[in-house]
Amino acid sequence: MSESFMLRIKRVPTVVSNFQKEEAEEGASRNGGCGRNCLQRCCIQGAKLPLYAFKKLNEKEVLVHENNEPPVAFLDSLLLGEWEDRMQRGLFRYDVTACETKVIPGQYGFIAQLNEGRHLKKRPTEFRVDKVLQPFDGNKFNFTKVGQEEVLFQFESSEDGDVHFFPSASIDVDNSTSVVAINVSPIEYGHVLLIPRILECLPQRIDRESFLLALYMAAEAANPYFRLGYNSLGAFATINHLHFQAYYLAVQFPIEKAPTKKINTLDNRVKISELVNYPVRGLLFEGGNTLQDLSNTVSDACVCLQDNNIPYNVLISDCGKRIFLLPQCYAEKQALGEVSPELLDTQVNPAVWEISGHMVLKRKKDYEEASEENAWKLLAEVSLSEASFEEVNALIFEVISCSDNGSENEAQDMLEDANVNNSLEEVDAINKGSHCAMVSGTQECLVQQ
Amino acid sequence: MDSYLALIEQSFNTSYSIWAREALDELPECFTITDPCISGHPIIFASSAFLKMSGYSKDEVIGRNGRIFQGPETNRRSVMEIREAIREERALQISLLNYRKDGTPFWMLFHISPVFAKEDGRVIHFVAVQVPILSRQRLNGLSLSEEGSGFKEIVFGSCRREVCSMDMCRVSALDSDSRGLNTEEPCEASEAEKRRAASAINNILSVLTQYSESTGKLVCGKRCSSPGATLISSSLNISLGRIKQSFVLTDPHLPDMPIVYASDAFLKLTGYARDEVLGRNCRFLSGVETDSSVLEKIRESIQAEQACTVRILNYRKNKSTFWNLLHISPVRNATGKIAYYVGVQIEEGFQSQESHGLNPEMRQLSCVGAVRVAVRSTSIGAGSSKS
Repeated sequence: MSESFMLRIKRVPTVVSNFQKEEAEEGASRNGGCGRNCLQRCCIQGAKLPLYAFKKLNEKEVLVHENNEPPVAFLDSLLLGEWEDRMQRGLFRYDVTACETKVIPGQYGFIAQLNEGRHLKKRPTEFRVDKVLQPFDGNKFNFTKVGQEEVLFQFESSEDGDVHFFPSASIDVDNSTSVVAINVSPIEYGHVLLIPRILECLPQRIDRESFLLALYMAAEAANPYFRLGYNSLGAFATINHLHFQAYYLAVQFPIEKAPTKKINTLDNRVKISELVNYPVRGLLFEGGNTLQDLSNTVSDACVCLQDNNIPYNVLISDCGKRIFLLPQCYAEKQALGEVSPELLDTQVNPAVWEISGHMVLKRKKDYEEASEENAWKLLAEVSLSEASFEEVNALIFEVISCSDNGSENEAQDMLEDANVNNSLEEVDAINKGSHCAMVSGTQECLVQQ
Repeated sequence: MDSYLALIEQSFNTSYSIWAREALDELPECFTITDPCISGHPIIFASSAFLKMSGYSKDEVIGRNGRIFQGPETNRRSVMEIREAIREERALQISLLNYRKDGTPFWMLFHISPVFAKEDGRVIHFVAVQVPILSRQRLNGLSLSEEGSGFKEIVFGSCRREVCSMDMCRVSALDSDSRGLNTEEPCEASEAEKRRAASAINNILSVLTQYSESTGKLVCGKRCSSPGATLISSSLNISLGRIKQSFVLTDPHLPDMPIVYASDAFLKLTGYARDEVLGRNCRFLSGVETDSSVLEKIRESIQAEQACTVRILNYRKNKSTFWNLLHISPVRNATGKIAYYVGVQIEEGFQSQESHGLNPEMRQLSCVGAVRVAVRSTSIGAGSSKS
């Protein structure tokens, strides 16, 4: 395919900040003196925000609490408190708790929410969907342009291995702080954005350091119903500025209930399984000797997808102990006109939350008629085909098995395990890819539909 | 800690006569009884067989939550299923990897079942039976749930029939395998073990039912009547129990807007016992010197369905007073409509030990936030019993 052929779709972007403007309006407010208390050079000097310094758990520490079920963890308290504060100050576009929500009867219990306020009746914008890696564009909206009141706190690792909290700390412009900000169009209570190293203006792409930060946050919140999610470009990320999302919903997500079939366990004890009997094909990563091991394995897999131009979503659940990686191709299908008008009409963009089973619907009709069958149908369109998925898995395994270990013996063991556990296709793939070179990135999407 | 243990004792003694303990200990099975209404959902009774199997002493177990027996290889999805069954107040049977005190893992068939108060259908306890799985079938890692996640309230709540594509059927003693106990493969209990678990549950329920007659607080294994109007579901109870601040939940749909939940911290602050506050309107906290205009402001805010923060003089049970920085806010459930009002109290001038640097106002707000999440989430389920 020639490089000049681009795939685009039109959709109304979700407004995540009160300062998010359309490109046309951007021209008006350029540099200097914006007067709205943002995070750029014009306003950031002297700005202060609470700072939460988390403790890095090096071992798999099991915190034994004297009195049984752990109390609401500190990070949880801080986040909930700050969020409630912003809610009372009217910073959100609507009250998400006033949105009706229900579990759809069925085997999996998909969650549907009627949220008419989330989507704007605005002109849809064009999004390029065939490039997962795109350079950061300072002219477009990014999170340094949000008002400081939308930022809840800074989130950094502590120096000395203990949790520290500073109610009012200067934003160290030189030291690349990471922050947690509100999403002004929340899907649920507590919907926030984790923006790693915000002032570095990183584009939306995963790297080891930022993924680890996200995992630390999940672990620190110590709440299995506080999940983090990530959408790559091409998988319905709205803004090309590195960010994760998170919110609270104290019910199980359908994806968390899905059965899984183990594929392999790496040397660092990260266990990889595949989703079975779920509309979207994906991988589940769990275990690992340390949190870092799990984090690195998953981020390496993400980087592999990025480099191969495969859009994907990631769900971090169970306090960071279970991580789902889902490659998808819905946007491409949409651009090629392969999605039925019926599905397009619902205007559901299947990003990480939708794929996990939480569907936000903007039309009452869709909400009332929501059924497990409809949800399944929509999500099935998102999934890679079996063949494509196997190919993608092969790519991923090549990368993560090599970075995990380099010795011949271990490769041998892996093949043995593969013979026992895997289908024939995967064994072939692993055999083929026994060298450690990464497949070089191509411009075209690998997914063939 | 003493008062917590007293709560535990009370939980058992209020419902069952003192002879119940002996009768329960005569049963050969390993089991525990837990109370979802006490913050932390602790174990209030552990059979001697259980203590022997796990290697813990009674003091190390009573008051603790069941998660202490889990470890790094415990299947997270199974843990989630158990958590959900508890929140949905239903029985569940599931294989689970647990750890003894000495750190050794072992597979067991875990069977949990709710105990209902006969009078109002509330869940007052859970019984959890553990049957060690001795015969092990080696599987290929495939675990399919035949009946889905099991919303049915039957004894064999969620049986996982695992497809065995391999012909071998390895029976190994718990840790004699040269590669150590293979904890990664899910482990299916035999039919005999399942029957054993189910009958153990029935035996325990019989004992509890029998010994609840003398206390007048009859229990039964099945929900006999629909839950009373003044109560909240045990799942909401469990969620709210994690919140350590002083707060109450009141129900505006009931006459005179009574308190339907009061946190431990609230009871400690005001000096009342739980049964002295549940079902009553908050006005008992006011007294002769309480400013009536403040009360009026509260009333107006509630009428307007708005949040408000006031400074009000309140009276404890022992008649002493304190200034209460009270924040009241409407709380909506999953229907989007107001289900409760939450009232969070801050005692002016009181320095909390566990503030972590969060100022009182922020802690108050975080309490409201946590309550919102709990109320919304527990009312979302198709199968949950009450908002």
